[in-house]
Amino acid sequence: MIELEDLSVQLGKRLILSNLKASLKGRAIGLLGPNGSGKSTLINTLLGFHPPLSGTARIFGKDIRTHAKELRRVIGYMPESDSFISDMTGVGFVRYMAEISGLPANEAMERTHEAFFYVGLGEARYRKLGTYSLGMKQMAKLAQAIVHGPQLLFLDEPTNGLDPPARQRMINLIREIRDTPGMYLILSSHLLRDVEECCEEALILRDGKIAAYCNLDEERRSNRKFIEMETVGAKEEFSSAIEQLGCECAWFSNGRAKLVLPPSVEMRQLYNTAAQFSVQIRKINYRKDSLEDIFLRAMDGKFQPEKMKAQSNVS
Amino acid sequence: MSVNKRVYRPYAGRYTSEKTRFLILPRYAYSSLFDSRFLLAFFVACNIPTLLFLAAIYFSHNPLAQAMLQMKGTEVFLKIDNGFFEKFLRFQGLLCFILAAWVGPGLISADLSNDALPLYLARPFSRTEYVLGKFTVLGALLSLVTWIPGLLLFAVQADLADWTWFSKSYWIAGSLILGSFIWIALLSLMALAFSAWIKWKLSATALMLGVFFALAGFGEAVNEILRTKWGKIFNLPAAIQLVWLDLFQVPMNSRFRGGAGDLPSWAAWAILLSFTSFCLLMLNRKLKAREVVR
Repeated sequence: MIELEDLSVQLGKRLILSNLKASLKGRAIGLLGPNGSGKSTLINTLLGFHPPLSGTARIFGKDIRTHAKELRRVIGYMPESDSFISDMTGVGFVRYMAEISGLPANEAMERTHEAFFYVGLGEARYRKLGTYSLGMKQMAKLAQAIVHGPQLLFLDEPTNGLDPPARQRMINLIREIRDTPGMYLILSSHLLRDVEECCEEALILRDGKIAAYCNLDEERRSNRKFIEMETVGAKEEFSSAIEQLGCECAWFSNGRAKLVLPPSVEMRQLYNTAAQFSVQIRKINYRKDSLEDIFLRAMDGKFQPEKMKAQSNVS
Repeated sequence: MSVNKRVYRPYAGRYTSEKTRFLILPRYAYSSLFDSRFLLAFFVACNIPTLLFLAAIYFSHNPLAQAMLQMKGTEVFLKIDNGFFEKFLRFQGLLCFILAAWVGPGLISADLSNDALPLYLARPFSRTEYVLGKFTVLGALLSLVTWIPGLLLFAVQADLADWTWFSKSYWIAGSLILGSFIWIALLSLMALAFSAWIKWKLSATALMLGVFFALAGFGEAVNEILRTKWGKIFNLPAAIQLVWLDLFQVPMNSRFRGGAGDLPSWAAWAILLSFTSFCLLMLNRKLKAREVVR
């Protein structure tokens, strides 16, 4: 979806992004990094707000330097800060934005109403934006970002300042949009939980460089090898059968065991073996690598994506 | 998306032409501007002088009406020539200035103070189109009180006068249009530039008044202190007056001696051109989706 080709961006005399090189293929990508790491600058550059110092980026195969206007037609942007014309009504503002995106007046009006109902502000759409609460403003920002039906959505801190129920509503909406066929989104957030709940992949920036780019599911799966389980009816034969699968196994009292599964062994094989020896697996825990672990490792410079780990194991 | 189904759906319909998309800005701006009854009343009042000038043209061609109203000593006023149209433009130019100072400072400042610029520029809409759209708000409004009624007056005069008058005076229409365009461009760009630099509308209005009147005063002070005439380069009203006199080929008279007439006309043109360029530069510096702190 997005190709970063040695992208460097300088603002004033400071180099903010330095030789970013990555191919972002996921449908929902979380952009993470500490303050000042270049997340917003990357989004702004992809939107064409900042010219690259060197290198470039391609969105859907089109160069951001030469096809900026064309690309902006298929991009929706929800900025972090309050960006409104406060003396306009919600419906007036979003319709205005839809028309500027190129929608004819009637279609713009129709989609504005739909967008407001979609984000749950249907009843408040004729109120002036200045009278909206913080949560409503966030939803109105989402409405203006999706009103023209973009294919790629940039969401900059979409849950900022939201209370837990409002945050959950926002997350649900983002997931729903993400699951629409042909839809892609980039979510920049300092809340790891938001990224964990909405995204398939995470791009972690540190000091304007890529500290990590990983597929979250793959990273999680990679840590299934550490397993704790409680069994009923386990005997020596079961233990031997598991070891024959290639697992390292340590048994404790009351049928408790700790296992290390090799990468080739799937969980299904463990269940099949248990069924074969009439062993009940009452409880099974495998430690998931949380996004926080990945993030902290990336910040320490120790992150190695799972694919690369596999390659190094093979070699 | 649908109001009933409430699902997200991408847009697959047609798009409007990119060439005329900047016109969306004036459409929305007018709907909000003319919510003010004061502005509406003033705008209507701006065309009352046109009616008076129209009446002058009518009376100048109607000796019977002149006799009935016992109009004596009004020959100078009823002489429809280049001076008549220059007077019209000078009068309407003042109203233009008031309109621009009223409407202009709020055009960009509202977007900047609400940080709405990134929302415009994240769409298939360029900075040039944004400025063009905002310029059109003022440009169209000011046109309705300058060259459009001016051409109407010219057409009425051409219709009532004989062919000789038209063949000798057709260039007045060009002067009317060019003179109006220069004034509209200067006022609009200045109002937009101040609106972009000063996010508070009232301050932007005050600055606009200051540039026209306080700067002229400063120029006079420079003239007095340095015993020169070049302090007039700060006097924008005098410069535009000189340009209009030049365009309408109105000879200098005592009224202008010691005023703008002290400057050569090329200097007046240069002042207006420099100031307009400066306003464009200000707009270019300020209108960015994201401000870079250096």
